[in-house]
Amino acid sequence: MKMFEYMGKELFAKFGLPVPKGRMITNPNDAGAVAAEIGKPVVIKSQVLSGKRGKAGGIKFADTPEQATAAANEIFGMTIQGLPVNILLVEEKLKIDKELYMSITIDGAAKMPVLIASAHGGMDIEEVAEEFIIKRHIDPALGMQPYIARDVVRRMGTPLSSPHGKQLVKIIQTLYKIFIQNDAELVEINPLVFSDDKVIAADSKVTIDDDALFRQKNLPYVEERSATEKAAHDLGLSFVDLDGNIAVMANGAGITMGTLDTIQYYGGSAANFLDCGGGTGREATAKALELLIAKKPKSMIINIFGGITRCDQVALAVKDIKESVGFECPLVIRLVGTNQDEGREILASIGVEAFDFMAEAAERAVQLAAKG
Amino acid sequence: MAIIIDENTNVLVQGATGNQGVFHTKQMLAYGTKIVAGVTPGKGGATVEGVPIFDSVAAACESQKIDASVLFIPAPFTKDAVFEAVDAGIGVVVVVTEGVPVHDEIQMVSYANRKGTIVLGPNTFGIVSSGRCKMGIPPNKYFVEGPIGVVARSGTLTYEIVGNLTANGLGQSTVVGMGGDRVVGTTFIDVLKMFEKDPLTKAVVLIGEIGGNAEETASEYIKTMSKPVVGYIAGKSAPPGKRMGHAGAIIERGKGTFQGKVEALTAAGAKVATLPFEVPGLIKEMLGMK
Repeated sequence: MKMFEYMGKELFAKFGLPVPKGRMITNPNDAGAVAAEIGKPVVIKSQVLSGKRGKAGGIKFADTPEQATAAANEIFGMTIQGLPVNILLVEEKLKIDKELYMSITIDGAAKMPVLIASAHGGMDIEEVAEEFIIKRHIDPALGMQPYIARDVVRRMGTPLSSPHGKQLVKIIQTLYKIFIQNDAELVEINPLVFSDDKVIAADSKVTIDDDALFRQKNLPYVEERSATEKAAHDLGLSFVDLDGNIAVMANGAGITMGTLDTIQYYGGSAANFLDCGGGTGREATAKALELLIAKKPKSMIINIFGGITRCDQVALAVKDIKESVGFECPLVIRLVGTNQDEGREILASIGVEAFDFMAEAAERAVQLAAKG
Repeated sequence: MAIIIDENTNVLVQGATGNQGVFHTKQMLAYGTKIVAGVTPGKGGATVEGVPIFDSVAAACESQKIDASVLFIPAPFTKDAVFEAVDAGIGVVVVVTEGVPVHDEIQMVSYANRKGTIVLGPNTFGIVSSGRCKMGIPPNKYFVEGPIGVVARSGTLTYEIVGNLTANGLGQSTVVGMGGDRVVGTTFIDVLKMFEKDPLTKAVVLIGEIGGNAEETASEYIKTMSKPVVGYIAGKSAPPGKRMGHAGAIIERGKGTFQGKVEALTAAGAKVATLPFEVPGLIKEMLGMK
């Protein structure tokens, strides 16, 4: 789950990591009051999950409260990379002497967190030359020891004895604490700025591990999923909307991807990715089928190679749907694996034939979609 | 021979008394797996399918030698269960559980590495040394003995390809599931090295998917292998920025693409199948079989 900039900054502030003075608003006419409260020139920043907000006109500066309200009204309601702006962050305009980059994320290959820092911040880290990027893996058995933070600051070229150096050491340790304690996949500050003798996080990007939400219940996050994606998630399934017209349900992420690829190979295009996962029972499978039917596809393919998933449960779900809401589009089923014979008997009883191989089932689904 | 587990492996089931634990204990026994004990805290003294249940891994290990453990434990408690197995000195730990927080995975894998334990998963279907031992959840009937080593990130796709291999007369030495999560205990290279040394294995199938760089890294090792490798990469049709079910399966910032992986594997001398059912033909071609 991702956070808006203001959510990330509120989280930073809670842990004592310095952020600019400011406040989030949902009515652009409140910008003047926030600017008056701050009592200095301000910046008004659109809150959308997109980079390049500045270039898109989603960030504006104002010297007075009146200018702040005017600027806020210009930004509010605009669309940045398809995302509507309906939240703004009004905060003090920082005097920026230098921009740095700092983040902590997970390196799957190294199987540990990695701190990435650069004295050349402000732009996409992918665009910074390799020699200016410091990568420091953090052994989880050690954690972020002070010496590690000190060494990163040294490599960034900031004297440890300077006010900036001392603050940076503390910021690195705090950022790691935020990363660990909130089950984050990413905490990023870009830019991290030198403003006179202060070091301040001028932006924030925070992503929390979806799998840890059961123990991170109090964190705010942005709902990015479509209504169907959310409904599927609530059923414990993984769903992604796609552009095509063939509804797909399979069990397991790999075979679902394989099914989409096979459909594409035969000239069709999938309406969605739906991984009904391992061990999904009759009821949840039936509900998932209802979600697919509601999207009005031209044909539907169910591709099951049951391991932990039992074929009879899937067949019973198909039977339930056939006898209740019904399938409006042609249905193709490939059903093999655990309890295959029981499953096929159930399908035979409702007049549905099952395929043995994925390729022939996918080809058939593509043909049926083309006809419909 | 086979890799990691064989007919002599004494297997423990953690979480043996739960719904999935009972079902798959039965399935694994039916396959011929030597399951010698189960663990569920508070259920010590019970039996599941004739297997004695203990209150802790340590108690099970006191009763007899245990070589490997397979876990059917809910995600919030998985870290504790893995620590328990590793701490007891068990050499192989298979973590089937889906949805384990990534910070827990980092700690589990870190501790296991320190103790020299092989961890498969989390989010793996398990491992099958065909005809000898199965740990995990794959359907029994498709896994038959033979010369092909299989290593994969994804479960059902593996059944699909193993089913195709078996239908074409190609049995498997060992089929290894590494798990679909971003942080897992064992990587392609670890398994490829074992297959390279295993006398039973004549060729290897690598089943990858978009996201991460595990296939690219593996390609560096494949260059040095004497045995032929056939690859299949799922996710050719996946749009960037959309996570396709597995935590690792996402094309981010133009990295981990289908194209990049296919190019890396091809440059390393592997053959890459476009669709799963093409794998057996490519294997036969590389082994000079007709």
